[in-house]
Amino acid sequence: MNDPSTTLSVLGSLNMLAGGLFLLSAFGIVATRQVKGCLNLFIVQSLMLAASALFLGLQHGSWHLYGVAVVNVIAKPVLIPWLLRRTVHEEVYTRREIDQVLNIPTSLLIALALAILAYFLTIPVQQALDPQFRGANVPIGFAGLLLGAYTLAVRREALPLLLGLLAMENGAFFVGIAISRELPLLVELAIATDGLIIVFIMGVLTRAVHKQIGTTQVGSLATLKEEVTE
Amino acid sequence: MIVIAILAIPLLAALLSCLPSRRLPWTATFIACVAVLILTIRLALQVASGEPMVVIPKWIAVDSLSALILLLITFVGTVAAFYSLGYMGKTCRDPKRLRLYYVNYNLFIFSMLAIPVLVEPTLVWIVVELTTLCSALLVSFENTREALEAAWKYVVLSLMGAGVALLGFLVLFAAMQAAGGGAYTWDGLIAAAPRMPAILLQTAFVLILVGLGTKVGLVPLHTWLPDAHSQAPSPVCALLSGVETTAVLYVILRLFPVMRAATATHAEMWAIVFGLISVGTPAFLLLRVQDYKRMFAFSTVEHMGIILLAVGLGSSAAHYGALYQALSHTLTKSFCFFAAGAVLLGAGTRQISSVRGLIHTSPAAGVSLLLGGLAIAGAPPFAVFLSEFSIFRAGLAEGHYVATGLLVLFVAIGFFGIMWNVNRMVFGQPNGDAQVRLPVSCLVALVVAGALVIVFGLYMPAPMQELLRHGAAALER
Repeated sequence: MNDPSTTLSVLGSLNMLAGGLFLLSAFGIVATRQVKGCLNLFIVQSLMLAASALFLGLQHGSWHLYGVAVVNVIAKPVLIPWLLRRTVHEEVYTRREIDQVLNIPTSLLIALALAILAYFLTIPVQQALDPQFRGANVPIGFAGLLLGAYTLAVRREALPLLLGLLAMENGAFFVGIAISRELPLLVELAIATDGLIIVFIMGVLTRAVHKQIGTTQVGSLATLKEEVTE
Repeated sequence: MIVIAILAIPLLAALLSCLPSRRLPWTATFIACVAVLILTIRLALQVASGEPMVVIPKWIAVDSLSALILLLITFVGTVAAFYSLGYMGKTCRDPKRLRLYYVNYNLFIFSMLAIPVLVEPTLVWIVVELTTLCSALLVSFENTREALEAAWKYVVLSLMGAGVALLGFLVLFAAMQAAGGGAYTWDGLIAAAPRMPAILLQTAFVLILVGLGTKVGLVPLHTWLPDAHSQAPSPVCALLSGVETTAVLYVILRLFPVMRAATATHAEMWAIVFGLISVGTPAFLLLRVQDYKRMFAFSTVEHMGIILLAVGLGSSAAHYGALYQALSHTLTKSFCFFAAGAVLLGAGTRQISSVRGLIHTSPAAGVSLLLGGLAIAGAPPFAVFLSEFSIFRAGLAEGHYVATGLLVLFVAIGFFGIMWNVNRMVFGQPNGDAQVRLPVSCLVALVVAGALVIVFGLYMPAPMQELLRHGAAALER
């Protein structure tokens, strides 16, 4: 274990493991029925993002990446659930989402196709990168982004939609920690704060929808379109 | 110093608006807007000569292009704040909710002002996201089922776009590192562009175009825009449609000099294709639209397409035309939404088919709507006509005959759609004969905004021309 090349390869494998779990939790966010389960999966995903930042940081000796890991561990698994509990009614949490736009097996198949697509789409980008930036992070992060966007398309309940948005951001960062390591920490902090504002604003909106319309199935709101009924 | 003040004043006004007082929120907002407007005019005069002003190197700087955008934001912000006094006074009686309105209003203005001032792309991304978050509660302000639906769609789609754009900005940063590093600013990007791997630059450009294009309302991703821009209170619509879209489009425009500095990138082609689709689709939707605020919202999509297309044409005349179009669109569109708000106050409905004979029931609203409709549709002698004409001419001079021909066709269809609907509302037999009296502040705002719409069609002040010319040169490089 004292051999530096062994340490590096162990860190590389650990990073791969974090990447695999990251992708798995993205699939979970697409398909889990329980709103609370969705939130837990998002927390797992954020922790995997932090873990990957930590492993890459150790591999390259980059202080910036330690910063990213710390910011992620504080903001996402701790502050975001706390803020959600303060803004959104408890009842929203305990819901189960019965009808998604597509049924869940179909959804998972499409999600799988998206993940494979992400792999092939990122091949040319990977080739243009310096070898030290290449790795599993680029395709996995891009897949996370696509799966987050897909979550927005198929889910109807307010909270999973919010988590889909945050998962997209996680995906973008999963790529970011690999390819743009030296991004100023100020920017990281600002983006984490931004995530909290997203949760707050969407929490307030969810509460207003719940109060006004009596449902949090925001995906099924569809009165605004061109064919207006008189 | 002056730039820091421009950013700090709206924040201060937002704080003051929280205080429990009946009059203070509006007073603070209005005074802040006027102060920022004066400061921005001074700043614009300083940078109009073409020399950028660097406040904090690598983070904050203002050149003529950003000064132009700042000027548009502060002008509409000021007039809309004045308009809000009467409009919100009439539609919202609860002082607590009014305070909430003005707090969000100031934060929204702040977030928009920060876009052109910052030069670090990832920070620009953050403030673009902040504009969405600060305006979300303004869109849902009326708290009806439709308003909440619109706000929800607005937030989800804009933030989804933002997620895609974030990846774009991170890839751009990686491209910068691959080119040997340097300051991650708009200027630094231009300097490093020739050494960047083309594939990374293209990937970043497409991701940012699609991501931020969602927020600009470029066509396949525009579906939220007519909802949000029609359901918000009218002064907010003027800000959303008039300046927010333009300010976000400005971020995309900043990438064009970078793409041009590198070779073998197809940025112009993307701009022309996306631009034409964004002009064409709303032109046809304008023919069947049922709601007059949605009508003006679709016209915003159309104009964003025109600006993007003009930048894609690539010559310096076309760049000048693009910025001229941004200026004329902002002035005219905000006026249109003030007029639409005046109609809504009187008629109480957004349905085009339920409004008839405005010229009899509410002459002020009727005349404004007619003037606004003519001006935004592009009738001479208004500014939109002149700017569209300069784009047509630049397109023909560049040899883009097909693109220019289609553009002329779509603009003509859009003209017909808008005028047909406005005509139905303004003339004809009124349903009831109740005379409607508009609040004084709304009338004053209509007169001020309307006067500028007319003046800019006939005469362009020399410093403004200078600003447009240097702004176009900043797109050139």
